[in-house]
Amino acid sequence: MMFNKRTSPYVTGKQDVSVIMRQVLYALVPGTLVLIWYFGWGMISNLLLAIVFAELLEWGMLTLRQRPVRPFLSDYSAVVTAWLLAVAMPAFAPWWLIALAMVFAVVIAKHLYGGLGYNPFNPAMIGYAAMLVSYPVQMTIWPAPLDFSFAHIGLGQAVQQVFAGGSQSWDALTAATPLDAVKVNLGLHKTLNEIYANGQFGLLAGQAWQWVSMGWLLGGLWLLWQRIISWHIPVALLGSLALMAGIFWMINPQVYASPLFHLFSGAAMLGAFFIATDPVSASTTPLGKLYYAGGIGAFTYIIRTWGGYPDAVAFSVIMLNMAVPLIDYYTQPRVYGTKRQQG
Amino acid sequence: MIQTLRKLWRNPGGLHLDYHKEISNTKPVVHVPLADELIIPLQQHTGYKPTLTVAVGDYVYKGQEIASHTGFMKVPVHASTSGTITAIEERPIAHPSGLSDLCVVLKPDGKDDWGNARLSPYPDYTQVDGETLRLRICAAGIVGMGGAVFPSAIKLNVHDNIPIETLVINGAECEPYITCDDMLMREQPEEILRGVQIMMHIINTQHALIGIEDNKPEAIAAMQAAVASLGERRIEIAAIPTLYPSGSEKQLIKILTGKEVPSGGRPAQVGIVCHNPATARAIYRAVVLGEPLIDRYLTVTGKGVAEPCNLEVPLGTPVQHLIEQAGGYTAAAKRLAMGGPMMGISLQSDQIPAVKATNCILVSDVAETEQQTALPCIRCGRCAESCPASLLPQQLYWYARSRDFDKAEQYHLFDCIECGCCAYVCPSHIKLVDYYRFAKAEIRSQREAKAKADLARERHEFHLERIERAKREKAEKLAKHKEQAKTNTDDGKKAAIQAALERAKAKKADAAAAQTANGETSA
Repeated sequence: MMFNKRTSPYVTGKQDVSVIMRQVLYALVPGTLVLIWYFGWGMISNLLLAIVFAELLEWGMLTLRQRPVRPFLSDYSAVVTAWLLAVAMPAFAPWWLIALAMVFAVVIAKHLYGGLGYNPFNPAMIGYAAMLVSYPVQMTIWPAPLDFSFAHIGLGQAVQQVFAGGSQSWDALTAATPLDAVKVNLGLHKTLNEIYANGQFGLLAGQAWQWVSMGWLLGGLWLLWQRIISWHIPVALLGSLALMAGIFWMINPQVYASPLFHLFSGAAMLGAFFIATDPVSASTTPLGKLYYAGGIGAFTYIIRTWGGYPDAVAFSVIMLNMAVPLIDYYTQPRVYGTKRQQG
Repeated sequence: MIQTLRKLWRNPGGLHLDYHKEISNTKPVVHVPLADELIIPLQQHTGYKPTLTVAVGDYVYKGQEIASHTGFMKVPVHASTSGTITAIEERPIAHPSGLSDLCVVLKPDGKDDWGNARLSPYPDYTQVDGETLRLRICAAGIVGMGGAVFPSAIKLNVHDNIPIETLVINGAECEPYITCDDMLMREQPEEILRGVQIMMHIINTQHALIGIEDNKPEAIAAMQAAVASLGERRIEIAAIPTLYPSGSEKQLIKILTGKEVPSGGRPAQVGIVCHNPATARAIYRAVVLGEPLIDRYLTVTGKGVAEPCNLEVPLGTPVQHLIEQAGGYTAAAKRLAMGGPMMGISLQSDQIPAVKATNCILVSDVAETEQQTALPCIRCGRCAESCPASLLPQQLYWYARSRDFDKAEQYHLFDCIECGCCAYVCPSHIKLVDYYRFAKAEIRSQREAKAKADLARERHEFHLERIERAKREKAEKLAKHKEQAKTNTDDGKKAAIQAALERAKAKKADAAAAQTANGETSA
């Protein structure tokens, strides 16, 4: 009897890129549900638009690049990118803003660098950063989450807001995010106690935003438990952010916000579990992951506290993405039978 | 309960696999009846091909040498039974590239007659010196039976400057499906231990450690009982956690002793020698019974055979005959491999013979061999987590793919043991090990080409230098001549003339004097 030849190993595990990506999507659900709870259609429209644009662009780029469409479209990587961008952008974001963000993310950051696996930068963060720099006003007007008026905005008004530019009275309904509020008011020489007194703040951080962060944390812990991500990046990122915040908070708690405030504000949790952990653009050695994520946490604190932007996860991730090849080179594990690690 | 007091070390990486060992290790081992034709490849070991000592038409006895071992890295081959040599020709052998090699084809006469082909036994090995025993082990054709087939006698040739602290016996058998060492340890523990004692005598060590994965409780119990009944205090049985690839020599040494074999080095450099239990048994039989290595235990298993089992097989038996002994193929049979599912060699035909290296014949079904299309590497790092050598497979893949071989070597490509863990876990289904095999082969051939080029260059340079030197010498000679000629033209010449004149004068004077003398006498 004759057989076909193959090379070993003949058995493989059950892991698959699409399985991993799907699990990341499941883990995004709790935080996303909290966002929908506060912003209603505003967040649903973000998600739907982002996913539709991302898949269309992915399909277009794969076709242009003459790559097999089906295996790549079914790997869910574009959906993950779209989802991350959708939850990072203000609710009720206009359609063109989302479309443009997806062009930067999928076309420029991903496919022009060679597609899945070859992008040196995190696509979602490139899309986000490009929009933040280009359209700072649209990217920072978050609807005020607390009075729940946005959760009850009807579908019709939501569509009008997203596609037709919205009503004149919209500005009155927006509010600064907690990080923004702290930054602006500190600039006005108020103390943190005065700032916290305005009712927008809860036990940990912003009253609405702390729950969103809790949602990301929950999903992130599930990812850890499922072993989709390792502990290194979340722990190092949150750890270094908390450490930096803790040092300055102890020096002057009226000027520097507490570590807890930093951990549960802005994109710290989302970044620690979902963005910095993007395997393609992150460091891959165990030690390297610690340096990489520690750097992101530190830069996030520096920019939040002394920089020009209220939040800084996107910029910090992009900066450390640049350092990844160097970090990986100098943090190679000691190979069996060799004396010392290289570098 | 299996208890070991011994401290074990943790090796990084590794995988928990589906082992499927229970399908083949429940029945006792059966001795296979002779096939119609035995195909015995001459080269069944790492090294050089032995010299053929028989011709077509010869009658050979069981155990008779059919290829001899005079020379370095050569191991003899013996007839597995008595019969007639019907052909000596190229036949397909178990090789990753499906190559053919020179084989002796033996038609058994069914008598299984040893004649006087047995080697003289050494019933009491303690009275024999190590060197003689090593020669016997070589003459019996014994090689590493775990699959690497390195000549055992060479492995046992240790130098006095590094004393061997521990003899490690590798009973881990970590690959899925394979159970032949398991069965051997259950059925022949005493022969294994006697072989271990002989090896300890040869390498002069007082400590042997037998590492067995804890998914083989029967084997561990049998070996422990045999140690107790021999009253052997120098041999220790260590149950190690079941984790692929703990049966890789380097990894097992780390787990059992905490020592690491230096990169590119050998275990003896850290005072360890490592052998397989089947090798130990073969050594016992060669030394005490005088029987060369002509049969072995092997597993025939997988979803593609009807009755998976372990067989005692005369070497050279075609795979097809073994499959028949195991109830034949099932309808699911799709792939054939020699060895386990992680590192085995894929076979194209079942006419290939079982050899000294064959521990398993694995017939797989479709589900086990499905190959998904590879997606790009997403650098998830699962490969690095699973690598038992702490390599960075994603970087090696990157450099192998881009043919940046210098970089691949910097990332310790040659410390890769090709265990397949990285390819197993890869969510993009990349055949990672193939890339490493490719890169290693390219680097080796580049090295060979470079060595050849270096040699050619050296020769050429030497040639040029020789011409240069000849010219230089010629020129020097010429210069010397000229110099001499010059001195001749000046003072030298005058002096010569002067000397000649003086000589002539002296002659004249002599003649004159003689005349005077004559005149005086005549006067």
